[in-house]
Amino acid sequence: MSVVKAKRQNPHFRLDLYEPEADLMVLNFGPQHPSTHGVFRMQLHLDGEKIVKAVPDLGYLHRGVEKLCERLTYVQITPIVDKNDYVSPMHNEQAINMAFEKLLGIEVPRRARYLRTIFAELQRMASHLLWLGTFALDLGGAIGGGASVFLHCFRERELILDLFEEVTGARFHYNTHTIGGNRHDITPGWAQSVKSALAVIESRIPEYESITLSNGIFFERTKGIGVLDGELALELGITGPILRASGVDHDLRRDAPYHAYDEIEVKVASAEGGDCWARSVVRLAELRESLRIVRALVDAVPEGPICGYKPIKLVGQVKIPSGQVYSAMESSRGELGTYVIAGGGEGNVSPYRLKIRPPSFHALSALPYLLPGHMVADAVVILGSLDPIMGEVDR
Amino acid sequence: MSGLLHGLLYGLPIITVVLTVTALGLWFERKFAARIQSRKGPTMVGPAGILQPLADVVKMLQKEQLTPASADRVLFELAPILCGAFAVATAAVVPFSPTVVAADLDIGVLYVLAVNALVLIPVWMGGWSSNNKFALIGAMRAVAQSVSYSVPMVLSALVPVILAGSMSLSDIVRYQAEHHWFALWPTIPGLPAFVLFFLSSLAEANRIPFDIPEAESELIAGITTEYTGMKFGLFYMAEYIHTVIASAVASVLFLGGWDGPFYPGLHWMVLKTLLLFASIYWVRWSLLRFRSDQLMTLCWKWLVPASLLLVMAAALFVKVGGGH
Repeated sequence: MSVVKAKRQNPHFRLDLYEPEADLMVLNFGPQHPSTHGVFRMQLHLDGEKIVKAVPDLGYLHRGVEKLCERLTYVQITPIVDKNDYVSPMHNEQAINMAFEKLLGIEVPRRARYLRTIFAELQRMASHLLWLGTFALDLGGAIGGGASVFLHCFRERELILDLFEEVTGARFHYNTHTIGGNRHDITPGWAQSVKSALAVIESRIPEYESITLSNGIFFERTKGIGVLDGELALELGITGPILRASGVDHDLRRDAPYHAYDEIEVKVASAEGGDCWARSVVRLAELRESLRIVRALVDAVPEGPICGYKPIKLVGQVKIPSGQVYSAMESSRGELGTYVIAGGGEGNVSPYRLKIRPPSFHALSALPYLLPGHMVADAVVILGSLDPIMGEVDR
Repeated sequence: MSGLLHGLLYGLPIITVVLTVTALGLWFERKFAARIQSRKGPTMVGPAGILQPLADVVKMLQKEQLTPASADRVLFELAPILCGAFAVATAAVVPFSPTVVAADLDIGVLYVLAVNALVLIPVWMGGWSSNNKFALIGAMRAVAQSVSYSVPMVLSALVPVILAGSMSLSDIVRYQAEHHWFALWPTIPGLPAFVLFFLSSLAEANRIPFDIPEAESELIAGITTEYTGMKFGLFYMAEYIHTVIASAVASVLFLGGWDGPFYPGLHWMVLKTLLLFASIYWVRWSLLRFRSDQLMTLCWKWLVPASLLLVMAAALFVKVGGGH
């Protein structure tokens, strides 16, 4: 699909074209609101309950991570970026270390690449489970059916967190990846624990589908809501499940393989329609696909070292004098890119500039296009279907 | 004078019982929901957490009572009180057994429906006087929803009235005790009318999937956004009382009230009410929420025509079957 060059009507100015029958009401949606997925604010201009114009406003969770990275050494950066996309920290660690490895020209051992792939896919499952739960909250409310879906999803996400805890000792902020490979090797019985956890999750996916995809109310609330066409998605730089739900078959795991993805076939889930329904279908299909990938890899982990770089003993040990690199990987939300310009800090121990390209940030840029014409209730559903994590949007 | 005495004699115990049942219902719902969600629910206060609602009320009484500076003070303060009062007032005519009824009105059905609809006014008062946009949208939705759903509710309540030939709730139960429960026979229109009445009651009591006036994922807390402490507690309690009474009225109109296969009496009424109450929570904790316009579509396109047909079917049944 080619990127359309024609400039679209900027949605912010739809208000000028709109002749309201009555005065518009400006509803300040967030940042303190139960379903803005963190601290996100939307200014909604309403005609009755219909949205005429939507202005997203972000930055409430800005912590200056990129600037902070310029003051930290390469070794210290990994645990900091864990907190960017706080529901898939594994992806953040991997993305940042892949960039450093590319700068240094280090080959990651095959065993470490396998482990990274397994971690990435398990994390994708955990992230998609969390998305399903919070999306159901958006649809059904915290005191209602949504909460039931939410808690069931969290129950299964716990299994995955337990697996990570067994290997890394931490449940959220793992700090398990390092330059050149992994820090922690898997324990002897881990593969078996993974398989039994996967069996439980696999047996429960049909349950989720029966209370979401097979549910009439879910269908009514998501079908045809927030339609994003593939060309607009490409223009806005949207990647991941949202782009695939808009009919663009693009997945870095298959198109630019990293880790061990060149050794396993990834069946990329995609759907037509580009609405909230299609995005839900794609994410649930990815849940199944990740399950299949982990199951295939967990028994095939090769023997060998887990780190291809000399053991790190000092925070200022890794020195990169010059060079710049862009490296990208497919996180749960799309292309998670890292641009690093080396040569900062005293003795070249820090990056001169580090830029993180979070997929959620680009996903949110679709909001002004998607919201006008829908009801307030749909705004929540559309926002939920974009699966934004404000930690990585604001960084 | 004897009417007043009778009212006091039965009214006070009935209100006490209704409030107690409501508190137990709250506990029951929390346990029930917890089991659906693979949790344990309240366990700390009393055996199996049964005193949790009491602890909640004590907590809410201790909270600071805030009134927003820009709120319409009189309406704001009055709304929760009226809401609670109207919700309890419905209980007055519900016959819990042949003798336990506060006021056996000849037009009991009319009274129940009218007082049910009255709850709308304090809800709108609360939403309007809060001077909060979320509360206002919530109140607008509540009014639209309740007005719409009153229509199928009234029409489906007409079915037992036509079949029994009386508007007194006690007479309707007595007729069912002599013949059949209306939900069983005549199956058409009895059973669909029961389902319709129950659905509309859910919508009136703002229960999922019809709880859009306080859809907290969109409207934070809807009409109760600005309410704190016991003022919020009154709205909350009114909703639960509303649900209990709706279950009681539905079992009186369609499930034969105090009548049962053996030993008819109060216990059958309580059992049926609790079963309906539980099924409301079963629905509540397993379904997602409709959008407001979809709710209106459901009401006006499907429920209203269906209930009109049911009223006609009931009339036809009485005419052909040579009822009363």
